[in-house]
Amino acid sequence: MHVSTFDRYEQRSSAVHQLDPRVKVVLTLLFIVSNVALPDGAWWAFAAGWALLLLVNRAAHFSFGYLFKRSFIALPFALAAVTVLFTLPGTAVASWQIGSHTLTVSDAGLMRFASILIRSWLSVQMAILLTATTQFPDLMHALHHLRVPQVLVSIISFMYRYLFVLADEVIRLLRARDARSARLTTDGKLGGTIWWRAKVTGSMAGQLFVRSFDRSDRVYNAMLSRGYRGHLLTMNPHVMNGRDWLMAGVGTAVLVIIQLLGWLT
Amino acid sequence: MPIVHTELTKLDNSAGFPTLQVKDLHFAYPDGHEALHGVSLHVAPGEKVALVGPNGAGKSTLMLHLNGILSGGGGEVRVAGLKVEKQNLPLIRSKVGLVFQNPDDQLFSPTVFDDVAFGPLHMGLPEAEVRERVMRALAHVGMSGFEERLSHHLSIGQKKRISIATVLSMDPEILVLDEPSAGLDPRARRSLISLLRDLPLTMLVSTHDMFLVHELFPRTVIMDGGEVVADGETAVLLSDDALLERHGLESPTRMLAML
Repeated sequence: MHVSTFDRYEQRSSAVHQLDPRVKVVLTLLFIVSNVALPDGAWWAFAAGWALLLLVNRAAHFSFGYLFKRSFIALPFALAAVTVLFTLPGTAVASWQIGSHTLTVSDAGLMRFASILIRSWLSVQMAILLTATTQFPDLMHALHHLRVPQVLVSIISFMYRYLFVLADEVIRLLRARDARSARLTTDGKLGGTIWWRAKVTGSMAGQLFVRSFDRSDRVYNAMLSRGYRGHLLTMNPHVMNGRDWLMAGVGTAVLVIIQLLGWLT
Repeated sequence: MPIVHTELTKLDNSAGFPTLQVKDLHFAYPDGHEALHGVSLHVAPGEKVALVGPNGAGKSTLMLHLNGILSGGGGEVRVAGLKVEKQNLPLIRSKVGLVFQNPDDQLFSPTVFDDVAFGPLHMGLPEAEVRERVMRALAHVGMSGFEERLSHHLSIGQKKRISIATVLSMDPEILVLDEPSAGLDPRARRSLISLLRDLPLTMLVSTHDMFLVHELFPRTVIMDGGEVVADGETAVLLSDDALLERHGLESPTRMLAML
């Protein structure tokens, strides 16, 4: 029984895949920072960012649909910004009467909301490309090299390693629940009331916590048994070559151009 | 970040100490449950010993004492003459290759290579030697070529083999395995048995698999209720039906006779 939904790496042999993971991590972060730093309504700069994304996508041998389909996972989070529609002062575009309250959408609010939506949409796509072209262990090495605190890197890599184990455990718990959600009639409904389901889900969450806690104990013992003394050591297989430096330079230059485009037009 | 290589002290066992000496070991868990009541055990270099007994007999608790993960209940453990105590722990842990029952606990690194390299790296060995040991350990368990694979994508049989490789790479004096054949299908179990037979190492293996005991281990130790209740030649112990029955075990010959 395996859950592989978290595995986003796509095996290809493209130039993007072969790029040093440090370069990819840094450029992805810079791309996201650059998106955030662009002024509202810098449509041409946003378009240039999108063009860059499509270019990288192409270079990584992915189809247009691959990136496009996965890009929408960020939209629900962008909805957190929906309040700017109503709170920013500006010319009214539309307004609704709800009870005694009036909700007014301003033009400045609309522009900011659209910009936030585009920024997060673009940023998420670059992150998707990063994880699709970089093996997870390489990503961890990159973070390690980039002086991210060791504790954080360890937490992330343990999380990744045990996410699969946990997800398998959840599936087993769910199956055990379904197997016992029996009835003596054939009216089609499995399981009990919402209240019953909530109770079962609650104790499953508790079970999961207890099991994970026990497991962390066992994993820690396994680490101690192999000489762990509070410092995780890893080997460093990555060496930056000329092409990596070149791509780092080119990428940074493109981002500077996008910034200029955003601020000067 | 530079890797700090601490000086590796060599364990000198030219004096011919037993690989394992356990003397009058007691232990109670913090909740008051007494798991060990005076366990004593000797294992000579090169011996392959099976450790059997019902669940809750104290087998796993004993194993966790062998490299000092549990301690403090009275009695002592020596590995190749070296007492298991705080200042000796780093050395002891490189000498006792403890493999846990669940490979998902044993394999905690993202890749197979990282997991097998974990022990040697934390022993402070130079990178070239770590690499060489990883290759050697993987070759030993027949898993060469799996270095870059992710642990969670492997089958249970493969995970078990790699779990063993994770301690082989530390070049231990004794291999301590907890339930190595649990959850394996017949083919994976068979290949594990031949792997354990071919490994030229001292072994202490806890198991419920009486056929495995019969096939691999010349000597058997039976534990029950936190004590060693029998210790002797496997053939003799396994033919004592009354003894086996008393401690909730089944004789493999009796099991076959029922067919």
